[in-house]
Amino acid sequence: MKEQDKLTSEKGLNKQLPHPTAVTVTDLDLYYGKTRALNEINMIIPEKQVTAFIGPSGCGKSTLLRCFNRLNDLIDICRIEGEILLNGRDIYADDVNVPELRREVGIVFQKPNPFPKSIYENVAYGLRIQGMNKRRQLDETVEWALKGAALWDEVKDRLNDSAFGLSGGQQQRLVIARAIAVQPKCILLDEPCSALDPISTLKVEELIAELKSQYTIIMVTHNMQQAARVSDYTAFMYMGELIEFGATDQIFTKPHLKKTEDYITGRYG
Amino acid sequence: MKALAKWIADGTPWVWLNAAAVSACILLVVGLLILIGVRGISHFWPLEVQEIVYQQADGSELVVAGQIREVESVTAARLRESGVEVAQGSEHVTRYLLKTGNRDIIGQDFRWILKPSIKSTSTPRSMAVFEREEWGVFIGRLIGVREAGQLLDGADTWGDFQIRLDRANGLRDEIRDLEKGRIGSVNYRLERLRLKQRGLELDGKDDPASLAAIEADRQLLQQEYNELELELGRLYTELQRDAIVVNTVDGQELELSMSSIIDAHRPNQMNLADKSGYFLHNLWKFVANDPREANTEGGIFPAIFGTVLMVMLMSVFVTPLGVVAAIYLKEYARQGLFTRFIRIAVNNLAGVPSIVYGVFGLGFFVYTLGGSLDRLFYPEALPAPTFGTGGLLWASLTLALLTLPVVIVSTEEGLSRIPRSIREGSLALGATKWETLWRTVLPMASPGIMTGLILAVARAAGEVAPLMLVGVVKLAPALPLDGNAPFLHLDRKFMHLGFHIYDVGFQSPNVEAARPLVYATALLLVVVIVLLNLVAIQVRSRLSERYRGLES
Repeated sequence: MKEQDKLTSEKGLNKQLPHPTAVTVTDLDLYYGKTRALNEINMIIPEKQVTAFIGPSGCGKSTLLRCFNRLNDLIDICRIEGEILLNGRDIYADDVNVPELRREVGIVFQKPNPFPKSIYENVAYGLRIQGMNKRRQLDETVEWALKGAALWDEVKDRLNDSAFGLSGGQQQRLVIARAIAVQPKCILLDEPCSALDPISTLKVEELIAELKSQYTIIMVTHNMQQAARVSDYTAFMYMGELIEFGATDQIFTKPHLKKTEDYITGRYG
Repeated sequence: MKALAKWIADGTPWVWLNAAAVSACILLVVGLLILIGVRGISHFWPLEVQEIVYQQADGSELVVAGQIREVESVTAARLRESGVEVAQGSEHVTRYLLKTGNRDIIGQDFRWILKPSIKSTSTPRSMAVFEREEWGVFIGRLIGVREAGQLLDGADTWGDFQIRLDRANGLRDEIRDLEKGRIGSVNYRLERLRLKQRGLELDGKDDPASLAAIEADRQLLQQEYNELELELGRLYTELQRDAIVVNTVDGQELELSMSSIIDAHRPNQMNLADKSGYFLHNLWKFVANDPREANTEGGIFPAIFGTVLMVMLMSVFVTPLGVVAAIYLKEYARQGLFTRFIRIAVNNLAGVPSIVYGVFGLGFFVYTLGGSLDRLFYPEALPAPTFGTGGLLWASLTLALLTLPVVIVSTEEGLSRIPRSIREGSLALGATKWETLWRTVLPMASPGIMTGLILAVARAAGEVAPLMLVGVVKLAPALPLDGNAPFLHLDRKFMHLGFHIYDVGFQSPNVEAARPLVYATALLLVVVIVLLNLVAIQVRSRLSERYRGLES
């Protein structure tokens, strides 16, 4: 713990987190070819809490988020140094089963990306991949996931309709249902509300507040009010570096660093 | 001046230019279709038979009968040069191409007739056109019907004739079924038996027991064959029972056996409805029957069948290969100099002249692969080749190779149109790359694959040059698909509409008779390609309906 204390204090999180640890990031560097996109990131993300990443566009929030389920692997020129521990296991170790990892760490993107299938099949997709084929088991899990994403009442009569027939907010909640259907430990949200109208945004935010009782949630957002409303912890990033990380109240009311204060008060960014 | 500059600047001339280009394209396509359509289809319309009294060059009169197939205007000078006397003062002379039929009597089917030399024309109602197994049509009058040598004295000669024609056609159908069906099957099995025996001899296993077994089988088949032959002989005798007595327009009387007559009509008695009915009847015969008389008469069914079957086989070969290759290139291969090189090679492959593929198919598929297959698996048939000669399999494979680039390119395009978010969504749910491809990406790329297949079908169905080298023939003795196991005979040669056009148009002994068939066959080829494409387009629109919403 001593080592961790040192790390966190350097970046402004100077007291021990009152929650168990979900993710530990140590000396994370990320390069796109020769460009360094993330620089010496060190942080501890608490379990079953909402952690928000804020910062100006291009600061590396989404890149960092996509490190947690190794989606950056898809980019040929992307190279990672350092260590990310998920529940104590290094997810970049050679023996990691990447599909397994991604099942544990779900992700929801900025724009809803339902598959061109029915609502039911969208939710069942991950389950079928895991080899679940029994109709009853599937039915139950789909219903449970849709209820979990607060979508069940709206779609229960048209489960076999195309997912494209849903509104943007419903699609986003469908994608969340799809993610929780495979029962991950952690859910990554990459600006989940930026393509939604205010009412849908409200619904998704309520959903996030509910989900955190069961899942560790890490979200990227542009919207500072949203970070303040929804998250328990906030990380402020700038130019590929983690500037300050702490409890949301503290970051928004009395940030330790001038840079953070400037950003939050809208002086740059 | 200013107005002109403004007119140019606001783009009006550009719009006109575009519209003109589009109109030109439409005109060309529609013109092409109308030309081959009219020339091809009009061949089947029953034309009236004209009886013409004609003054020959030496002053004597000649009576001819026939259908006017063409009218053209020639210069008098040209006629004079070829030795025909034309009255002074006329610059142009109209002449008719008369289809007189009766090739067995006159020596030719067609003759040109000059309008000024015609003394009178009439359309006698009794003139009939008889379609025959050989020697083309007979045009003349029906005088009587003979049944087993006895002249019938019924009042309705034509009716009597029709009854016997139906009977003869029924018998002919029976004969054909017997010959192609059961006798064909017996022959096929006999040939298999011979090959089996030869195979045993080659392997040194021709012990008396197995030879005796084969001999016993052969005896059985031979017995069956003898029975069938007896039956066939009986049918032929039946067929030859009746005959008709006809006379030509110049009074020659002759007897035609019923076995030689396929069809008959009296166009001068037909009203519009009759003619339309007969037209459709003719059209159907053209589509559904086998060709006769060196392809200048009869139908083109085997060619349609061969074309469609070959295209389908080609699709079966090219689709998986092209799709798998495209998936590798797009999804798995590391993008770099090498993949770029492969892409350039694939694109250039699409530009290689098709005859080159034919030569390759002949050299590689037929001689090398086919030759090896024969040596390995069909040594008993040698020296007669089984796969070592052109055939359906090699033709389909050659065309599959020819159309491979199209399928690869459109599949790659289809794959690259799928948004990254969909792939990431699938991967993020714990799917492997393969699962993502199989469950999400490929179904979504299927409209693109279908586009490739549509282009491939369009190109393959119209190809002729390579096919001449790898398996298409002028006249195939049997269809590549029949009732004898293994049903689909990949080694057989087949007929093809494109080659049929070439053959009828340029290799035919009877040019005038063949010309309309060229147009009709061309039209049919276009129709077949359009139909094949429509099916594929239908499938594609279903698929894109199912996966719509992706483009947004």
